[in-house]
Amino acid sequence: MDFNLSKRHLLMRDLCTKFAGAEVKPLAAEVDEQERFPHETVEKLARYGLLGIPIPVEYSGAGADNLAYAMAVEEISKVCATTGVIVSAHTSLCAAPVFENGTEAQKEKYLRKLAMGEWLGAFGLTEAGAGTDAAGQQTTAVLDGDNYILNGTKLFITNADAAHVYIIIAMTDKMKGTRGCSAFIVEKDFAGFSVGKKEKKMGIRGSATCELIMRDCIVPKENLLGKEGQGFKIAMQTLDGGRIGIAAQALGVAQGAIDITVNYVKERVQFGKRISQFQNTQFELADMQTTVDAARLLTYRAAFFKDRSEPYANYAAMAKLFASEAASDITRRCLQLHGGYGYTREYAIERMMRDAKITEIYEGTSEVQKMVIASHMKVN
Amino acid sequence: MKIIVCIKQVPNTNEVRLNQETGTLMREGVPSIINPDDLAGIEAALLIKDNVGAHVSVMTMGPPQADIALREALAMGCDEAYLISDRAFAGADTWATSSTLAGAAKLLGFDLIITGRQAIDGDTAQVGPQMAEHLRIPVISYAEEINATRDNITVKRQYEDRYQRIQANYPLLITALSELNEPRYMSVGGVVNAYEKEIRTLTYEDLKAYVSQENIGLKGSPTRVKKSFTKQPKGKGELHQVSDDESVSIIIQKLKEHHIL
Repeated sequence: MDFNLSKRHLLMRDLCTKFAGAEVKPLAAEVDEQERFPHETVEKLARYGLLGIPIPVEYSGAGADNLAYAMAVEEISKVCATTGVIVSAHTSLCAAPVFENGTEAQKEKYLRKLAMGEWLGAFGLTEAGAGTDAAGQQTTAVLDGDNYILNGTKLFITNADAAHVYIIIAMTDKMKGTRGCSAFIVEKDFAGFSVGKKEKKMGIRGSATCELIMRDCIVPKENLLGKEGQGFKIAMQTLDGGRIGIAAQALGVAQGAIDITVNYVKERVQFGKRISQFQNTQFELADMQTTVDAARLLTYRAAFFKDRSEPYANYAAMAKLFASEAASDITRRCLQLHGGYGYTREYAIERMMRDAKITEIYEGTSEVQKMVIASHMKVN
Repeated sequence: MKIIVCIKQVPNTNEVRLNQETGTLMREGVPSIINPDDLAGIEAALLIKDNVGAHVSVMTMGPPQADIALREALAMGCDEAYLISDRAFAGADTWATSSTLAGAAKLLGFDLIITGRQAIDGDTAQVGPQMAEHLRIPVISYAEEINATRDNITVKRQYEDRYQRIQANYPLLITALSELNEPRYMSVGGVVNAYEKEIRTLTYEDLKAYVSQENIGLKGSPTRVKKSFTKQPKGKGELHQVSDDESVSIIIQKLKEHHIL
């Protein structure tokens, strides 16, 4: 067992740290305040290969691994959770399922553009009545000649109005329940497809979270991803991978919060001392850093097993559960160390505390992660 | 076109420790970066590669730890990298360094060599121009703008009070200012490739046909450091928060006190 990162991974982290510090951090407060999607950052992410990190070079990806991907999402999320989830949703929820389930033709047509970042991707599973109970899908897909006709509305879709291509889950056979779900690759410009209302959110406010509306949306039958009836399985496998991305996002937010708090407590003077000299501050930060290190080890372990093509769903669920709850707790405690200043929008910790919360909810709530973990423990 | 970029790995902070006996830098334990002017040199070479096509080699003389600087250059898009490293080269001053680098350039062959203007640790700005002398090729220093075609190159050269715009034919050497451009980041694919490529180490054995033993290492270095010492900090300054007119008279009075006026 070796806890050292390879030189390649260290250099990868160096690249992500430099990029995040110079290109992402300066916009973080602005995209939050204005609830603006950072299109200019997406172009730069594409230029440096950050939108196709774990996709092989033969499909125009960067050819790195899932550990490198997790580290990239972590570094970016240290300074901007919005940008972190743009990368994560695009990579894990759209490029990855096309890579893992797509035909050669689908990979040629869609994966290349996604991996190069020419197109941004999104994933549509959640509906008004199908959140944690994802099996309650109401969106339907009916085969009509050479096309499927999709009808239904998807909710809370990350990257929605910035994406060019979507993985959409719909029922092809309602009688079969989850075995009647199928996955489709849907382009923004397909007839009958539109992006609906944009959500006003507590955090990750630069991320475009919207409804997707399909009214007699015409999807060529060659855009069926996998086979009919495999949609639910594809969705669940996709979310297993996505959880590595969200764990990394949560990990980044938590570490980023500690980093800025360490700087703050070294400068802030009360009772004639820097507040870093008080034992409460030291113990708080020591405790938080220990938690974040544990979250990092869990997250990297999940990525490591995915890279080895070994079962990792359980590890990803643990990483996501632990890292997201750590992010919420740590940002709250870091804000406390900032005192009143931390409650103002002058300081990034206020945004980070709002951003952290969503990591406990999307791509499976904490409760869903516990269900996954308990089922692996065969506790039922 | 074949371009060689010479880079130096330098300490990232001002906390440089010196070997008191030899007066040379002790690099271990100090975080290192690619010298900023050299980074601009890499970008300049990569822009020429993007625009007119070129094969870009990067080389550095230093200890084996300098490998990471070369990997970074590869990850930015350089085609190949050479580490010039041998005990025989250790302790080199600018003369011995430029002799050695010129030897390596002869071995590799080139149309254009780009170096940074100067390194932030030594600040001599001598190695680039000295290399050009050893190689008997023209040098254009302090490049603030470069326009290269396949046939020739035009450089805007910065002086304190003016610019020169110089056109030259290959081969030549240019020293780059950090203001020359905004260096690109490494790319993810670049990092992957950087560790798939082999960095070739060039030793004295490889270069001996191109550089004389008298001109390398500490023995080949005519510079003698008599003494290294830490500069005494200046006394605390005075701060006056006054109007413009008052501040002018305070400054004039001070200058008179010190017999400058």
